[in-house]
Order: sequence, then C-alpha cells, then structure tokens
Amino acid sequence: MRFRTLKELAAISMNEGKPLAEVMIEDQAAETGVSREEIVAQMTDYYGKMKEAVRRGLSEQNVSRSGLSGGDAVKVMDLVENGTPSSGDPSSRAMAYALAVSEVNASMGRIIATPTAGSCGIIPGVFVSSQERFGWSDEHMVNGLFAAGAIGYVIANNSFISGAEGGCQAEVGSAIGMAAGAMVELRGGNAEQAMNAVGLALKNTLGLICDPVAGLVEIPCIVRNGLGAVNALAAADMGLAGVCSAIPSDEVVGVMLEVGAAMPSGHRETGLGGLAQTPTGRKLTENLMRGRKPLEPEEAELPAEPAGTTE
Amino acid sequence: MRFKNVFSIIGPSMVGPSSSHTAGAVRIGLIARQLLAEEPVRVKIALYGSFAETYWGHGTDLALAGGLLGYATDDARVADALEEAQRRGIEIAFVKGVGLAPHPNTAKLELTAEGGRTAQVLGASIGGGNVMIHEMNGFDVRCSGEYPTIVVLHDDRPGVLASLTGVLGNSRTNIGYMGVDRKGRSGEAMTVMELDSVPDIELLERLRKVDDVKEVTVINLNGGEEKQQ
Repeated sequence: MRFRTLKELAAISMNEGKPLAEVMIEDQAAETGVSREEIVAQMTDYYGKMKEAVRRGLSEQNVSRSGLSGGDAVKVMDLVENGTPSSGDPSSRAMAYALAVSEVNASMGRIIATPTAGSCGIIPGVFVSSQERFGWSDEHMVNGLFAAGAIGYVIANNSFISGAEGGCQAEVGSAIGMAAGAMVELRGGNAEQAMNAVGLALKNTLGLICDPVAGLVEIPCIVRNGLGAVNALAAADMGLAGVCSAIPSDEVVGVMLEVGAAMPSGHRETGLGGLAQTPTGRKLTENLMRGRKPLEPEEAELPAEPAGTTE
Repeated sequence: MRFKNVFSIIGPSMVGPSSSHTAGAVRIGLIARQLLAEEPVRVKIALYGSFAETYWGHGTDLALAGGLLGYATDDARVADALEEAQRRGIEIAFVKGVGLAPHPNTAKLELTAEGGRTAQVLGASIGGGNVMIHEMNGFDVRCSGEYPTIVVLHDDRPGVLASLTGVLGNSRTNIGYMGVDRKGRSGEAMTVMELDSVPDIELLERLRKVDDVKEVTVINLNGGEEKQQ
C-alpha cells in the first residue's frame, strides 16, 4: 500500500482528487494482483452478507449458545417503530441494526468481521440504516466499505485490532473510527474531514477495556456495538461540521497502542477482570462453568502413545 | 505490515462469535491439516493465554477441529466439528500450554496421521481472523496464510535456495516473503515461501526434483471459497 498513516492516506486522496475508497481499491489491486472487478465483487458479496445478518438479527430471536444474550435488537427495533426513541429515529435504528448483527454473531451465525467479530455490528448498523435513510445504492455502500477498510488498515498496522492485545478500544474503538470516517465520505465530505472524524471517534474509546463475562463475545460486547453505531454517526457529524481533531488522528492511534500495551492482561479478553469479575459476572460464569473441568496443563495429560508404554 | 490488505480488515466472512478465537482458530487448524497433507488420526492441541481461558465460550475447540477437518471460516458445520471429528475417527485432546507463547491467542497443534507421519504448528491468532504461524515441525519459520505458501523440507546444503528460487523464477512465480531455518549446520532445514500466485502441480513436481529436497507442501487457505484468491 502507498500509505502507512492516516495523514498519508488523506494526502493521496486530496492530492489525486480521489475518494478514500478509490485509493483503497487501486492499492489493493496493485498489492494483490487481483483485478479491480474481483476485488469489488468480493466486497459486494460481503455487503450482501452484512445486510443478511441485519435482516436475520431483526427477524429472529437470536439466542446465544450460552443463553446469556439475545432478543435486545428486537426490543430496540420495537421502540423505533412504535415509540419515540430519545436519540432520534436514525440513531436508534443504527443501534438496533448493530445489536442485531452482534446477536447473530453470538449465536454462531454468519457475519463479516469488521474489523473483528466482536465489533461486527457497528459498520453494518451504520451502513445499512444510512443506506435506507439516504436511498444510497449498494455500489455507494461498497465504496464506503473500502474507505472503512483503508482507515482500519492503518489503525491495525500501527496499533491493534484484537481485544486480547489492546482491549476493546482496539475492536469496538477501531470499528467506530472506521464507520465514522467512511460515513463522512459517503455523505460527500473530504478526506481531511473523514480523518478528523476518525480521530474524534477514537479519542472517545481510548482506554476501553475488553472484559467480557465468561470471556464470551456477549456481555458487554453486543451493547457496545449498539452504542458504538450511535457514536460513529455522531463523530461523522462532527467531522462533516468541520470540527478538527486537535490531536492528529495518527497520534490518537499511537495513544491506543500505548494504552493497550500498558493494559493489564485481566482487561484484555481473558475474562479475569472488569465486568467479568463483578459479583454478577462471576455468578453468570460459575453457572456456565458448572460441570466443566479447566484444561489440564500440557505435561499432565498426553494423548495415549500407540505402543511401548506398557511399563 | 502485520495486516496485508483490505480484506484482512473487512472480512473474513465467518461464523461467530469471535474473529480471533473462532475464525483465526479455524485457519490455524486448516494450516496444520495442510502441513500434514492428509487427515490426522490423532491431534494434541495446547492452548495458551486467552485461548486457554475462554476457548469453550468462543468455540475455539470447535473452530480448531473445523480447520483440522478442512472447513473454511464461514462453514456452518464448524458448530458440530468436534462430533464430526469423532465420527471420522480423529482423536483430539486439548491441554493448557505451559511456558511463554508468542501472543495471547496461541495454539500448538501436534498431528499424527494413520501411517505415523506427524506435523506440528505453533500459531497465533492476531486479530480480525488473521493468523501468524511462528513454528512448523520444530522449525522457527513464519507465514500468515494470506498468500499461497510453499513449505520445503530439505538438507542444509549450498545452492538449494538458489535452485528453489530458480525453479519459481523460471515459472514466473513471484515470492512475496521467504523464511529459512535449520536444525543445525548441514542438518535439516525448512524454507517457507509466500507466493503471489497459486503454484500448479507441475511446478510442485519440479521443486520436488531439486537436489536435497525431501518434502514440498502447499498451504493455501483460499483453496476454500472463503476469501479472494
């Protein structure tokens, strides 16, 4: 890729007069040797699967294998359609869609990792609801995914995108930043405005720990996806309004790396800290673990040798 | 760059619930199966760090088994992979890894085939379903699985690498990344090459005929339908 930082990405876009999506498609083709048509076809397939996950999440009660989660997307959707959501219709609809996809994920349904499965609700929540609202074409949305991917590529290579390495800021935080930046471009903003939205969004999730109850991608992951979609819309609006990220976005990404590296392991997807270790979190875990033996250490139990161990 | 392209950020298409603990685990299992180049009958899997603490809730065990069965990350059969492994007579044992791992999400797989052949893989799931293999069959070599990868076991002799890269060059196959490790001077060595195109059977045969080459294996995660070529 020709860009390693968000500043470089924005500069290419501004200097060449191309949207972020176009820069990403061109660089992807150059990097992989795969034709533009195939690259766009694959992303189009992914967008179709995102829409399918939204549909499934809103039409079925997707209860997870653990039984810890499911049914919240339908509740929020009911408020959107039959009530008066405090955050307004577009925000709460994006929230419902994001919850829906995350519930499908928790029930071992099919999703697209964006950038991870733990954060897979945010981009579909923002994109699918905005497509309906603004009447955008699938082609436009697929371009938005390339813009989001370009932003995520920089974040991932300069910081991290896994909760085990950098906490929830690396997953949900990255997804919000990606969705916010892409949303600016989808609405006609320029690359600088998009990068401001990324930085503004990321600042709001710095330090967010990964503390899932029983280590499952359910509590609080699903709710954080719902709220993350709303934050992404808000950050996009700040960017479009001309609000600047006083600390440049690349430096914010650097802080994510710094904070994640310093984060105790109990707050990095081990289930050993945070919400997972609250009295209720522990009780839920105990109920799930009942009758389940922890793994034996490596030396203690080797698979039976086929022969020669009769002594 | 740990993350190679846009589809390592948007994607993979996968069954939930975790890209690192489920999709990445499928890929590590699949790489191990491809390194063995046949179906295993016995597999010992050591889980480290977050994998060991949370595997059951994320279906990491199902995912690794799914990969060992040859499934892609978005194969709905992953949910029943352990039962299917049992039906096929594959014995899979899970233990907790002891000692330091290269990453919080790491698994070490030791596979044995019916004829007694073995393969060993130490793999880390680095986020978003992407993986990094740190060790294969005891050699300290890396690959990501993002590219078609050739794994060559050979004797440590002058000129072997030149011959291997010469064969690839002659077939106009480009090497993106390459790593070499040996057990000792003039002992066995392993060379891993990540390619920009899928090697055909003819090319593999030519590589197998190179002097001092013992085994040539191909790892290609995109042999399934889950991702771009």
